[in-house]
Amino acid sequence: MPTALKHFADTYLMWNEGYLIWISDALIVLTVIGIVGALTYLKKWRWLWDNWLTTVDHKKIGIMYLIAALLMFFRGGVDALLLRTQLAQPGEHFLDAEHYDQIFTTHGTIMILFMAMPFLFALFNIVVPLQIGARDVAFPYLNAISFWLFFFGAMLFNLSFVFGGSPDAGWTSYPPLTELGFDPGPGENYYLLGVQISGIGSIATGINFIATILKMRAPGMKLMRMPLFTWSTLGSCLIIIFAFPALSVSLALLMLDRVVGTHFFTMMHGGNPMMFINLFWVWGHPEVYIVVLPAFGVYSEVVATFTRKRIFGYSSMVASLMLITVISYFVWAHHFFTMGAGADVNTFFAVASMAVGIPTGVKVFNWLFTMFRGRIRVTLPMLWTLGFIPNFAIGGATGVMLAAAPGDYQYHNSYFLIAHFHQMLIGGVVNGMLAGMYYWWPKMFGFRLNERLGKWAFWIFNIGFYICFLPQYALGFEGMQRRMYTYPTDMGWGSLNFVSTIGAYLMGVGFLFIVWQVLYSLFHMERDTTGDPWDARTLEWSLPSPVPHYNFAVIPTITERDVWWAAKQRGTTDLLTPSAEDIQAIHMPKNSGRPFLMGFAFFVAGFGFVFNWYILAVIGLAGVALCMILRALEDQDEYVIPVEEVRETESALGRL
Amino acid sequence: MSGQLWRRLRSVFLVAGTSILFATGCGSKYFVLHPAGPVAQKELHVIEWSAILTLIVIVPTLVLLAVIVWRYRDKPGNKARYTPEWSESKKLEFVWWGIPILIIAILGAYTGKVTFALTQPPQKDAKPITIYVTSLDWKWLFQYPGQKVATVNYVEIPTGVPVNFELTSDAPMNSFWVPSLGGQEYTMPGMATRLWLEADKGGTYYGHGANFTGKGFADMSFSVIATSQSQFNQWVSQVKAASPALTKATYQKLKQPSTVGKISYSSFPPNLFNDTIWAEGGQYMQNAMPSNSSTVATPTNGAMSGMAGMNQDQKDAK
Amino acid sequence: MSALQHAITAHADADTPLEYQNPHESVKITGFWIFMATDMLLFGCLFATYLVLRTHTDGGPTAHHLFDIPGFTAETFILLTSSFTGGLSTLAMRLGKRKQVMAWLTLTILLGLAFIGLEVQEFAADVAIGATMQRSAFLSAFFTLVGTHGSHVSIGIVWMVLTFIQIARRGLNQKTARKLFIVNLYWHFLDVVWVFIFTIVYLSGVVM
Repeated sequence: MPTALKHFADTYLMWNEGYLIWISDALIVLTVIGIVGALTYLKKWRWLWDNWLTTVDHKKIGIMYLIAALLMFFRGGVDALLLRTQLAQPGEHFLDAEHYDQIFTTHGTIMILFMAMPFLFALFNIVVPLQIGARDVAFPYLNAISFWLFFFGAMLFNLSFVFGGSPDAGWTSYPPLTELGFDPGPGENYYLLGVQISGIGSIATGINFIATILKMRAPGMKLMRMPLFTWSTLGSCLIIIFAFPALSVSLALLMLDRVVGTHFFTMMHGGNPMMFINLFWVWGHPEVYIVVLPAFGVYSEVVATFTRKRIFGYSSMVASLMLITVISYFVWAHHFFTMGAGADVNTFFAVASMAVGIPTGVKVFNWLFTMFRGRIRVTLPMLWTLGFIPNFAIGGATGVMLAAAPGDYQYHNSYFLIAHFHQMLIGGVVNGMLAGMYYWWPKMFGFRLNERLGKWAFWIFNIGFYICFLPQYALGFEGMQRRMYTYPTDMGWGSLNFVSTIGAYLMGVGFLFIVWQVLYSLFHMERDTTGDPWDARTLEWSLPSPVPHYNFAVIPTITERDVWWAAKQRGTTDLLTPSAEDIQAIHMPKNSGRPFLMGFAFFVAGFGFVFNWYILAVIGLAGVALCMILRALEDQDEYVIPVEEVRETESALGRL
Repeated sequence: MSGQLWRRLRSVFLVAGTSILFATGCGSKYFVLHPAGPVAQKELHVIEWSAILTLIVIVPTLVLLAVIVWRYRDKPGNKARYTPEWSESKKLEFVWWGIPILIIAILGAYTGKVTFALTQPPQKDAKPITIYVTSLDWKWLFQYPGQKVATVNYVEIPTGVPVNFELTSDAPMNSFWVPSLGGQEYTMPGMATRLWLEADKGGTYYGHGANFTGKGFADMSFSVIATSQSQFNQWVSQVKAASPALTKATYQKLKQPSTVGKISYSSFPPNLFNDTIWAEGGQYMQNAMPSNSSTVATPTNGAMSGMAGMNQDQKDAK
Repeated sequence: MSALQHAITAHADADTPLEYQNPHESVKITGFWIFMATDMLLFGCLFATYLVLRTHTDGGPTAHHLFDIPGFTAETFILLTSSFTGGLSTLAMRLGKRKQVMAWLTLTILLGLAFIGLEVQEFAADVAIGATMQRSAFLSAFFTLVGTHGSHVSIGIVWMVLTFIQIARRGLNQKTARKLFIVNLYWHFLDVVWVFIFTIVYLSGVVM
């Protein structure tokens, strides 16, 4: 091999680092060939472009978010298994320190930003417009931009694994460790740019859904008649728009330090690393509530539906959601009680953090008392919801323990902390997202997922979860720190770590069952022809599954909470289904390829900045600017669906 | 209620909790649960109390969950009441807004009390000893301003004497943690933070950096060796007699990223600790460093001279 | 009325300003207000950073001997005036006077360019005496905060030119009126941010 080529292969493709890289490269090449081959063979390129890449339909964007989230769940999960394999026994050499550091960094970043975020955006997109009686979100074009920014941000981040090297300073990326002097490689730049690009998309999503919920509700859908999932979306989006700017700023300033040579967080010329830590957690803690509030929303919908009962204490559910939204801004310093702030500061943040437990506790009791004197059907969504409650109870308890500052001095950065936040993020968020996925799957695709395989998945995943994380609480008391790539035999941490690894693998098996379940159900479909397979309560279940692209042929008038359930009880469902004479022509937003191209241009610009290849960066930014200018000058971005077409579609669905 | 009963209750909870959760048994390796000094002891109290108070909510919740799911399951012939429209009860809601508020109020007050107490020396009777701690890539440097000796990756302390650890970093930030003696505190470049610890009984305690600092992080363990005052004095004179000096040149070498074993030095450059802080922006952080005004020895020369004094001046000016 | 916005109770009568008459357009004004909230937070973080780092001069140039009073006073005056002329273009739009709209918009763009010109000059002068953003944390924070505002203004200028082109081509209708309204909202917002920069950065810089 010519030396130039070998140099390239070693520097950028890291081919000198061993077989893990070669396997990944081979898998990626095979996957790409497979996808391209299949699309060409089946002549699906046109279909892909017209129906998916250029779509501005909230339901399709939601489905794309869902697919991306599941793929990232897989990637983050593989990372987790690699980590657990390395830690299974003391003195293990499966991974070296550098690779271990990279993998825990990508695991954390991917799971929070590229798995949890798109998963909840998937549910926002699929559910919210249908629940409030709208034909799309307020800004469908912006919605597509959000998705493609997320997608290309995630791609940029994932590219680091096979091109140039992954970030290796933790998902929190604290300077000065992440400054050029200590971390010269491109990995950290990948982190900064990938997260930045997708973060811009998240802010746009936040704006979009606030405007949608405030301005696009069907007549009569007063705020206090909104389903709780929509309320939780509103809370989550309010946190997004007020928290994400802090992330953007912290990442941008660190990027300036690394690329331009400024001194915000360096150890020289007056830089102050503590600034970054504060800015990061001003976003980072609210972020936890951004992802958990929608999960609460899902639980509220699921519990009411599967107990055939009104949700208990609707007003106090709304109040507690909003209270959490507000308190979430006043707790960030509990991530660094040990940074030397005064006892007064620590006490304030400790008490504020404990206080979050009050509204969350209230929610749990309201769910319990929704079930009380109801009729509980243990379907898959309900199963994941029931599984969530003990998880969240234990995680919440350890959360209050962590909030007690003097205790935190002992738990901080130990495996106790790791166990706690996994219990909240898996038991709280992932359970919620999966419950939501199962619940709204028939609405998205028109068929149900196989229950039996789903139950296997649930039990294996959840049992695996406890086996994996309960020992980690104990490891924390044994003094084991997070982010150690290995540990000596004489510490006695071996057996608990081994148990924990077994649990992790069980969770992996649980995930495979979900994949199997989806594939199996694709081939053995249980079609849903009713549109309301669960006998549910809210407006989206008044529509056929899958929903026609204009959603509502006639926008319904809302008279009360749980309007669909009430209509079914009274036998007045025809008030919520269209009548032929009411149907008018419908204006819908046109598809556009520009959001996709703009995301790609961002990707190019980001890639240029990662390697300081400024020509590429400028080309990418110019592409972004061009897309924006063309959009600004655009005059017509809507088309009209004629009355006849709507009538035909509706009668084909048997609704006229 | 007598303290005796509470202590018994606490141990019941602890045994129950640990035996369920930690099936491997409760040996002495649970550093946090077996404190060897008053600081860790205070922190364990907070841990136990917070666990008990949260259990008051958690246990009934879980029992309630099990009972409700069983009793109201959707089975034909289930005779339990079914009230699909019942969705409000001010009384019930008052209970579960009220009880958590009460619990948080109690726990919050106790947390505040201990948090403030931990900023003070663990006891007032004995004269404290000060040790400067610097985290480096990837090792720990300890300097004894009183005894004028220095060590790497191990630190000797006398038992029954409060130790005032002054912490900084000459590398990416780390965290100084000796779980048997007490909770951790960050070490940060350009900053001095303080951590009070004390060992009740002699022994060798495990210490480790707790904040990730890169490739060599897993090797950043150190030992805390607690001995009686006389043995400690003996050790000091032994180090003074037998070990090489830490010079500025050796410090520069030590600073380079590497992992090393345990090292002792008979002396160190007098202002090394303060100079390190100063070089990385310490002048901007004086108001944020409660410790330096009183205990860090006043430097005799160099850029740092009068750092403590300056801080005092600023306070006077206010 | 767009069917997307059936939900919005339309009460477009003669009193409703042109930019609010079409609910499909007016929802974009709502969205833009929400955007400005996030942008305000972004500037808030930059201000916080500046306030923490402003004394971190590392022995280099300080605010006191860097800031040029006539220079930033002129910048302030120009930007405030441009905000006023921008406001006049909105008023003219509501009266349906297209020529006036275009005239006021042109003036606003020119004033914006003058502001950017002065700012670039100021930065160049700082750099010439060695006060670069790599010199100290204070200067990093200063250039980033003021520069972020400056790049917002630059984007605003391009945006105004695009709006100008559309009004010239298509005249005043519900859509162009809404676009004009939003770009002016943005412009006023930048003006407000500048008032904070003027007081927190420049005025307190030369006083302290």
